[in-house]
Amino acid sequence: MPRTSLDLRLSVDHLSILDGDGTLDTALEPDIPAGDLKRMYRTMVLGRRLDERMVRLQRQGRIGTFAPIKGQEASQIGAVATLRREDWMVPSFRETAAMLWRGWPIEQILAFFAGRLEGGRPAPDQRDLPITIPVSTQLPHAVGLAYAAQYRGDDAVVMAFFGDGATSEGDFHEAMNFAGVWHVPVVFVCQNNQWAISVPIKKQTHSRTLAQKALAYGFPGIQVDGNDILAVYAASREAVLRAQAGEGPTLIECVTYRLGVHTTADDPTKYRSEAEVREWERKDPLTRFGAYLEKKTLLEPGLDEELDALIARAVTVFEALPPADPLTMFEHAYGELPAPLRAERREMAERLARAAPDPTAAEPLPPPPMRGQRKTSRWSN
Amino acid sequence: MVKLNMVKALNLALLQEMERDPDVLVLGEDVGVDGGVFRVTEDLHRTFGGKRVIDSPLAEAAIVGTAVGMALYGLKPVCEIQFSGFAFQCFHQIENHAARYRQRTQGRFHCQMVVRMPYGGGVRALEHHSESEEQFYAHVPGLKLVVPSGPRNARALLVSAIRDPDPVIFFEAKALYHAHKEEVPEETEALPIGQARVAQEGRDLTLIAYGAMLRVALEAAEVLRAEDGVGAEVIDLLTLSPLDRETLVASVAKTGRAVVVHEAPRSFGPGAEIAASIMEGAFLALEAPIRRVAAVDVPWVGFAREKASVPDVSRVVAVARETLAF
Repeated sequence: MPRTSLDLRLSVDHLSILDGDGTLDTALEPDIPAGDLKRMYRTMVLGRRLDERMVRLQRQGRIGTFAPIKGQEASQIGAVATLRREDWMVPSFRETAAMLWRGWPIEQILAFFAGRLEGGRPAPDQRDLPITIPVSTQLPHAVGLAYAAQYRGDDAVVMAFFGDGATSEGDFHEAMNFAGVWHVPVVFVCQNNQWAISVPIKKQTHSRTLAQKALAYGFPGIQVDGNDILAVYAASREAVLRAQAGEGPTLIECVTYRLGVHTTADDPTKYRSEAEVREWERKDPLTRFGAYLEKKTLLEPGLDEELDALIARAVTVFEALPPADPLTMFEHAYGELPAPLRAERREMAERLARAAPDPTAAEPLPPPPMRGQRKTSRWSN
Repeated sequence: MVKLNMVKALNLALLQEMERDPDVLVLGEDVGVDGGVFRVTEDLHRTFGGKRVIDSPLAEAAIVGTAVGMALYGLKPVCEIQFSGFAFQCFHQIENHAARYRQRTQGRFHCQMVVRMPYGGGVRALEHHSESEEQFYAHVPGLKLVVPSGPRNARALLVSAIRDPDPVIFFEAKALYHAHKEEVPEETEALPIGQARVAQEGRDLTLIAYGAMLRVALEAAEVLRAEDGVGAEVIDLLTLSPLDRETLVASVAKTGRAVVVHEAPRSFGPGAEIAASIMEGAFLALEAPIRRVAAVDVPWVGFAREKASVPDVSRVVAVARETLAF
């Protein structure tokens, strides 16, 4: 019984089309219509501007903790831009740009991060799952959706997002394994942003790439320059077409970088160097894609101002929302409210009615800013 | 009418619901060709094929997690977890997601799905094969928890669970699978979830039980009648969540005394919630403290010592007598 080498023919490609210096590999350049290119750039910029605005809103106490996307716009937009409306998008919690592409209204995203569940409600015809916070646990859902699509004979594709840290979780491996065995139309998009809060990728895995993890589950994995939107798009397009053609799942590892904080409650200076951040800032996906569009004369003048105005309008709409009605917490607990909950609802309704403010009393003072928050002129906007 | 044991009765419910609704499918470990380790899914694979009766890879989190995805798409998956002792590996999918999706998306999505799992002792099995851990699910808002006590109600409740628009955790007492047969109507029958049943009427004391403990409670009631001349009312909960407080309160308002029997460990178990509910609803009728007969609060003891921990007839009778003498 000799010991022989199994010729597994396993390999992982790395794809880069538009590099950090702006050099373009024209042979690999995907053919994207001008209108789509403009919309992709527009959504990336909107994602970046909204991100910056949301950090300020959080510092002012107007929204709660959230996870900024700065630096990861190409990984998100390059991937979702290959989906059709009837395809499914399954996010984790750092996909604001992808959500904007998929049509989530800005005021709704703001409402979500202001602690209002109605902000997380996808539109009736929208095939997006809501933000999922426990790391990697959304991935089996994506596989189940894809199984259901296949079961019903629909040709929908499911694209699921997650980070480098998620690849250490059991649900990631279980989802990949089920996807491989069931041969379902799923595209797994890993945004390897190098840091799972304070833990760098080299402490997360001993694998050379995250893409290679797909090979163990019997389907292809590819690593792409995640700050190169053309590479992300090309790889995603290939994966989506494979899925549509019944050729099963694909894992795409987008090598990118979180330029900002993990969440607004995080201080990255504690665990990573300023020099490293500076180095990645030079690979900013917006700069690179902007230069590419400039050469094609597709840059829209006044875009920043226009998008800022759009965000400002959404902030106004968001801040004009009526106060959250506590009693609605009972509406969607179950399909039909069970008897014990009917009693709890009644109790709360009575309690709220007793505590209702006297309408003739003077307007209450606004709450003081929280500790560490700047009070700015926007406070009164 | 046909005479069926609980395994066959559950199998009938699955067969008929799958015939009725093409969106119902079954997934789990060994549920296909093998028909499930307890044979509850027997022959379904032959009837409906591998796409609807899925022999999944061995991974509880993905069984429930993919079922969540299927439910979000509009299918009605019925998962089998081989033993409830292994369900901690999918507890996060149940608690974090199945239970919350309706609320999280404000009604845009919901999880119409059933997670079946065998639970309970009395079968001389190894660790993780004979525990009673229903309290964890009873505590989770957004879930329903059903525990049938015999073939006929098991079948009728599984039908309701599959048709229920919310995630239902369906606990099947292993000790009851082959314990006895009952007449089961051939045409589909459903029982409302959230409704307890007065298994036996009585005026002196209320015994409250569910699942495999119902038989223990009924036998204890018989001893009390024969030896003490006491009329015990026996309530079969059938659903733990949402709890049918009305039936409990009405019974204790009449009897003034209550003993709760369950296989789960005592502390923070269903008995505590039941006792509190009775206190809130029938305090002035109470003649004695509400008592609990439950497993002791120690980690699993091994089946050689199980009998000392899991409630039996003599323990229930003894506690009932103390309650009556209070």
